[in-house]
Amino acid sequence: MHRPAASVPPLHDDDRDDDDRASTTRRRRCRDWLLTDSPTSRAQAVLGSAYRRWTRFASNPLSMFGLGILVLLVVAAALGPLVAPHDPLQQVLPERLMPPGSPSHWFGTDQLGRDILSRLIYGSRLTLSIAILVVVIVVPIGLLIGTVAGFFGGWTDVVLMRVTDIALAFPKIVLALAFAAALGPGVINAVVAISITAWPAYARLARAETLRYVNADFIHAARLQGASRPRLLLRYIVPLCASSVVVRATLDMAGIVLTVAGLGFLGLGAQPPSPEWGYMVASGRNVLLDAWWVATIPGIAILLVSLAFNLLGDGLRDVFDPRHGD
Amino acid sequence: MNADTPTTPERPAPSPPSPRAAAARRVASGALRWLFTLALTLAGLLVVTFVIGRKVPIDPVLAVVGDRASASAYAAARAQLGLDRPLAVQFLLYARDVLHGNLGLSLLTSNPVLDDIRRVFPATLELATLSTLIGVVVGVPLGVIAAARHNRWIDHVARFVGLIGSSVPVFWLGLMGLLLFYARLHWVAGPGRIDPLYDGMVDTHTGSLLIDSLIAREWDVFFNALSHIALPAAILGYYSVAYLSRMTRSFMLDQLNQEYITTARAKGVPERRVIWVHAFGNIAVPLVTVVALSYSYLLEGSVLTEIVFAWPGIGSYLTGALLNADMNAVLGSTLVIGATFIALNLLTDALYRVLDPRVR
Amino acid sequence: MTTTPNDAPLCEIDGLRVTFRGADGRDTQAVRGLSLTLAHGERLGIVGESGSGKSLTARALLGLLPPNAHVSANALRFEGRDLLAMSARERRSLCGRQMGMILQDPKYSLNPVMTVGQQMREAFRLQNPRAGRRELRERVVEALADVQIREPARVADAYPHELSGGMGQRVMIAMMVSNGPRLLVADEPTSALDVLVSMQVLGVLDRMIAKHDTGLVFISHDLPLVMSFCDRVVVMYAGRAVETCAARDLAHAQHPYTRALLAASPPLADPPELLPVLTRDPAWLDEPEGAPR
Repeated sequence: MHRPAASVPPLHDDDRDDDDRASTTRRRRCRDWLLTDSPTSRAQAVLGSAYRRWTRFASNPLSMFGLGILVLLVVAAALGPLVAPHDPLQQVLPERLMPPGSPSHWFGTDQLGRDILSRLIYGSRLTLSIAILVVVIVVPIGLLIGTVAGFFGGWTDVVLMRVTDIALAFPKIVLALAFAAALGPGVINAVVAISITAWPAYARLARAETLRYVNADFIHAARLQGASRPRLLLRYIVPLCASSVVVRATLDMAGIVLTVAGLGFLGLGAQPPSPEWGYMVASGRNVLLDAWWVATIPGIAILLVSLAFNLLGDGLRDVFDPRHGD
Repeated sequence: MNADTPTTPERPAPSPPSPRAAAARRVASGALRWLFTLALTLAGLLVVTFVIGRKVPIDPVLAVVGDRASASAYAAARAQLGLDRPLAVQFLLYARDVLHGNLGLSLLTSNPVLDDIRRVFPATLELATLSTLIGVVVGVPLGVIAAARHNRWIDHVARFVGLIGSSVPVFWLGLMGLLLFYARLHWVAGPGRIDPLYDGMVDTHTGSLLIDSLIAREWDVFFNALSHIALPAAILGYYSVAYLSRMTRSFMLDQLNQEYITTARAKGVPERRVIWVHAFGNIAVPLVTVVALSYSYLLEGSVLTEIVFAWPGIGSYLTGALLNADMNAVLGSTLVIGATFIALNLLTDALYRVLDPRVR
Repeated sequence: MTTTPNDAPLCEIDGLRVTFRGADGRDTQAVRGLSLTLAHGERLGIVGESGSGKSLTARALLGLLPPNAHVSANALRFEGRDLLAMSARERRSLCGRQMGMILQDPKYSLNPVMTVGQQMREAFRLQNPRAGRRELRERVVEALADVQIREPARVADAYPHELSGGMGQRVMIAMMVSNGPRLLVADEPTSALDVLVSMQVLGVLDRMIAKHDTGLVFISHDLPLVMSFCDRVVVMYAGRAVETCAARDLAHAQHPYTRALLAASPPLADPPELLPVLTRDPAWLDEPEGAPR
């Protein structure tokens, strides 16, 4: 860099410029390494493809919005007791039905004087845990059934798919209600009730994916090399189905959150005084006309979380299956 | 309400032109296969409701004899209820009862459950029909226009509508609707199907208050009923609009990428006709099946909506039974809703095959 | 408008550029500064591999590009009229009356839920808005007979999936050429057909075009076919025209790409020991100097 001798800038500016330049080059070199067309190691290929997917995902503001809300949800659930301003179960009757915007109760209080914001925060744990539990149960079962059906074919396929088709044809919400009614109210029963009706879609999806690959040459090659069937299934086929199953599960979470809230609304989920969001909406019904916020605010929370899962799922689908459409 | 995309029926392999006899045979075997699937699925539903019924934590025998009964009275009651027989026999007895229309007695009303359901189902059908109508009239054109103007503002509006439709809890939306349009704006009547003043004024012919009051030319009753049904139909209708517009848009986008659209344009066909006659003509059949599916989803959605609007349909009946642990009513309603849902689903499959000229 | 003397070109393309914007915002130029002219009644062949931009060029002429395509040119003229200055509606009305297009596979390029007759009637009604149903029906049957379809009335009531490939293409020809357009674009019309049927269809096409003195743009990847069917040939590579000459002069082509293409189909008599391999010279991608941007 040439500078006229008359004006010599101070030394540390030089250093800062150099540092900036060094970090930019480092960043650029890092990006080039990740985006190279000919990766030299498996790690480089995996990281590179993950990076590409991340940039594509991050370029969609809606997907990032969804991700942001979910991060907020997880943080609220994890740090609940530390962040909540009040005890969600504490009834302070003199402070009943305070409107949102009140100094100590940002979202107001319900008819028993409980702080709505704190109840929302604690309730997020319930919502999140039920949704995650359902997915954790349903996805492996559906994956297993679908891949086994697609892989082994023949009668196994026919029988498994018949059962799946029958289960798919059932009305989900009504059956979940009936199960929850029979099993009794409570979180675990709600999880079971929803899981029983949610698995068929994954079985179908996994089977469709499996059928795409089951006659591929690399499967034949692996079999010729002596890979046993369970190994083929678990190490080859299941990972291939992973991306579409993940996308589907994320999108389904939106509906599961709504179903959980629906069960809660009917009193079939977490029991009072647990601050389950659906139940909060139901309890706000009685005071809807005078204290609209008791029913409205938990509903907005449900809406936002469900929306977030939908946006996240759409974003993931764009990333993993760009042929999907728009 | 989470709406699933319908499973696309597999297209049968293209067959060589065959004489009429072989074609008729094919149709017959297809119909038989469909009936078999229907029967199998309904049987599955029966099994599920049977299992649910047995899972109830309350001992049904105790419900009959009380908890102070002697051992012999208990045993006698148990035998009378058929609970001492093996499970398979119990199931067959249950199936036989159901097929004869015996769904048990309701704990709440002491009526046969089937009678109760017969009384309340028409209200749900009326609501679901009106909501689907709204969905078709608003949602389908929205989807067509959104696809035709891909990525312009109307497309974004349609996608937004669809997105919200999959994210909003229906019971909450109903409450918000009541709050805004009934309590604050007084644009519509409140919960219930009709004001008590007009209840029973018109004879029931079709089960639809709207139609019955029109037939009887009771305008007051008609407008009152309309005012009551407007909000729940709009709420449920919104979900139908969201679903139908999304499906229509998706179908249309697929069609607009096809080569025959280019041919039509190359012929000089004006764009409006290309969209509405050529492209839309090709989705009419799958769209009809999707509308039928939408109807079945609305039947399900009514369960959570009716309770908010005190709409006296099968949804209210089911939720009321739930809250009162009236298991006969719960299972009976589940069976009826489930059977209707399944029949509609399978009907759409059959419709698709029947209507598509490529399959004929 | 003005009476165009017959030695004025039917179509003029100068410096055509077709650009697509990808999802990541980056532009891809699919056609890069293409220029060609077509005289009345002339047959021009456009040859090139997949992705060379030949289909896009023809579609740009007809105004049938997808909405996310961006078109620019120094000149894009049809019968002396500036196509780029026209409204969308004017351009659409040119199609069908003056311009027509035949696509590759009639299974996909004909509307599957309308009968052949309905589709042809639609085309004819656009040319003669006042014609009645019976008159249109007669015209349809007549047109089908003209392309040597043996039971024209039966075919008119058939659905496209009931027709064989060759019949379908003849239906397309009947639909698009019967009105006597000034220009016809045939985009790989025989690529989905086997050889014998191909010959039949080309024979029909030949006759119909000669009958109406229609200018033809024949797009294909089959160089020998184009050499025999067309008067002039344009060879495209990566969105550019690398060679333009009379069909009969193609054997003496200059550009190395054309020579490599010619060499790639070995002669039946005295074939070489080893098949030649086409090595791509990156210099072929460069646009000629002074090319307008």
